[in-house]
Amino acid sequence: MSKELIRLSNCTMAFDGEIVLDNINIYFNDKEFLTLLGPSGCGKTTMLRIIGGFLKPTSGDVLFDGVRINDVPPHKRTVNTVFQKYALFPHLNVFENIAFGLRIARPDGKKIKEEEIRERVLEMLEVVSLKGFEKRSVSSLSGGQQQRVAIARALVNRPKVLLLDEPLGALDLRLRKDMQNELKRIQQAMDITFIYVTHDQEEALTMSDTIVVMDKGVIQQVGTPEQIYNEPKNAFVADFIGESNIVDGNMICDGEVEIFGKRFKCLDGGFEPNEPVDVVIRPEDVDIVPLKEGMLTGLVTNITFKGVHYDIIVDFKGFKWLIQTTDYCPIGSKIGIKIDPDGIHVMKKSKYSGMFGDYSSYSAEYDEISDVDYTAEDEQTEEEWHED
Amino acid sequence: MRTKFLAVPYVVWMAIFVVAPIILVVIYAFTTADGSFTLGNFSNMLDYLSVFGRSFYLAFISTVICILIGYPIAYILSKQGARFQRAVIMLFMLPMWMNFLLRTYSWMSILENTGLLNRFLNFIGLPSISIINTQAAVVIGMVYNFLPFMILPIYSVIVKIDRSLIEAAQDLGGNSVAVFRRVLFPLSLPGIISGITMVFVPAVSTFVISQLLGGGKQMLLGDLIEMQFLGSAYNPHLGSAIALVMMIVVTIFMYIINKFGDGEEQAVML
Repeated sequence: MSKELIRLSNCTMAFDGEIVLDNINIYFNDKEFLTLLGPSGCGKTTMLRIIGGFLKPTSGDVLFDGVRINDVPPHKRTVNTVFQKYALFPHLNVFENIAFGLRIARPDGKKIKEEEIRERVLEMLEVVSLKGFEKRSVSSLSGGQQQRVAIARALVNRPKVLLLDEPLGALDLRLRKDMQNELKRIQQAMDITFIYVTHDQEEALTMSDTIVVMDKGVIQQVGTPEQIYNEPKNAFVADFIGESNIVDGNMICDGEVEIFGKRFKCLDGGFEPNEPVDVVIRPEDVDIVPLKEGMLTGLVTNITFKGVHYDIIVDFKGFKWLIQTTDYCPIGSKIGIKIDPDGIHVMKKSKYSGMFGDYSSYSAEYDEISDVDYTAEDEQTEEEWHED
Repeated sequence: MRTKFLAVPYVVWMAIFVVAPIILVVIYAFTTADGSFTLGNFSNMLDYLSVFGRSFYLAFISTVICILIGYPIAYILSKQGARFQRAVIMLFMLPMWMNFLLRTYSWMSILENTGLLNRFLNFIGLPSISIINTQAAVVIGMVYNFLPFMILPIYSVIVKIDRSLIEAAQDLGGNSVAVFRRVLFPLSLPGIISGITMVFVPAVSTFVISQLLGGGKQMLLGDLIEMQFLGSAYNPHLGSAIALVMMIVVTIFMYIINKFGDGEEQAVML
């Protein structure tokens, strides 16, 4: 099951001297749903394009099944790509778009028979739930349908790996959710490796077997969705995946950490006595209790109704936390809080310490300002075409 | 509603300078010198069938050569850096700003029996060739003059083709031949078609080139029409009839060509 399929070893990629991937070492297992997750410009698309064969790393090796493939051109790789903007051939109908890879002369010079092409295209249309669409022109399809054609076209060649470059970015929220399930289903049905690039952490958590979190050309953490969410390695990962309050702490000893001068029980260990650490507390892990029972007390400065819960901002001695609660806490009220040991996650200090996890500047627009969607669209055009 | 007003000057302009002349040409074509109706102009035209044939033949040859030269240039150009592209486009445009006659005269002095070309051939020890006053000279003149009109539309279509389509074709197993044949070429058809329109139509009706480089021996439709209006054979009624027939033939031809490229044209709009 978990056989190694692709490995990048000491891969560095620079465009005009600007380093986009910095000495990447990573391997991908066969038949996994892998996600490269990171903000705009973190190098995730570059990594995908190196695997697809559209870019050659400035230094380092790309191995496929143990064989170095740096110099193998894209058309000779058993890897297919679903492009960000689908890149469907506008002069061909749905059937011919999907049949494209089958009609191309094989390296062995053999041509696939027309009946087999027909059979395989129709089979793919069924896989992506587009039965009966074969005669349609691609321009008459909706975004979601075009997306499915792009997936069918990439899968018809029976690749070992399917690369997906933010394929759901252009779809609306509802469709995106449907397609997430759909993609996961297709991956399991085809039983191949999917390498999926996205900046959407929720998408990554929903679909992936393994998530690779990247920032500034460096891999920050590799792990299952649960590991990434529950045990982020540093403040960047903690902040990028979900909402986090990140505060300075002191590791008293294994299982005990000091925050704001108060000692809290936790499940982490392996630090030096009294080592300064970053402590992550997820907004949903904080319980609101009567003032007297509180381990800490704070002042509610903001409350926003989110449907399932309220987002409240609580001021603890000038440091503001985001807490999610189903209880209504009016602005100006004092509350006590309690955190269970498994709600506290301790991280080593890193270069990201102090940069994230503070809600002091919280305002109603906060979500929008910090929304990565705003810049992610430009990534490809700016960064990825450099090699020309 | 108000914007409709803005179209008025244009409509007036069209009426005076496009519609009215065409009507005049039609009237002339169907009348004699004293103004009575006749189809005689058209039957007289039969004497000049060879000129029709030659005009369309040479225009066709020139257009094909323009495609053969222009397409690779446009394609190679589109793959270069932006600054280089601009510089080369500029070089193609520059001669077009020079007077058309001057350009054709200079080809005369190149192709003459004692011209630059033959002097060069002699210099490297080859015998002279007699090319001036032949169809070949006319074709060279046409290709030279109309080549930019082939390159530019093809170039502008190719540079707009989404790079990811090429990558997708490579990704699906296409080597460079397959990528060209199955993606690049079909998608650049609209450019070729407008190139054909912009080369073939002026080539059919050109007249100076054939006079200067063909030495009057290669009379083309343009020369014939000119003769009827300005020359020795003054007969604007016959001239109009010829012009009318030429227009109709060209229109039919272009209709067919555009029909052929319709699907692709839409495709590029996508």
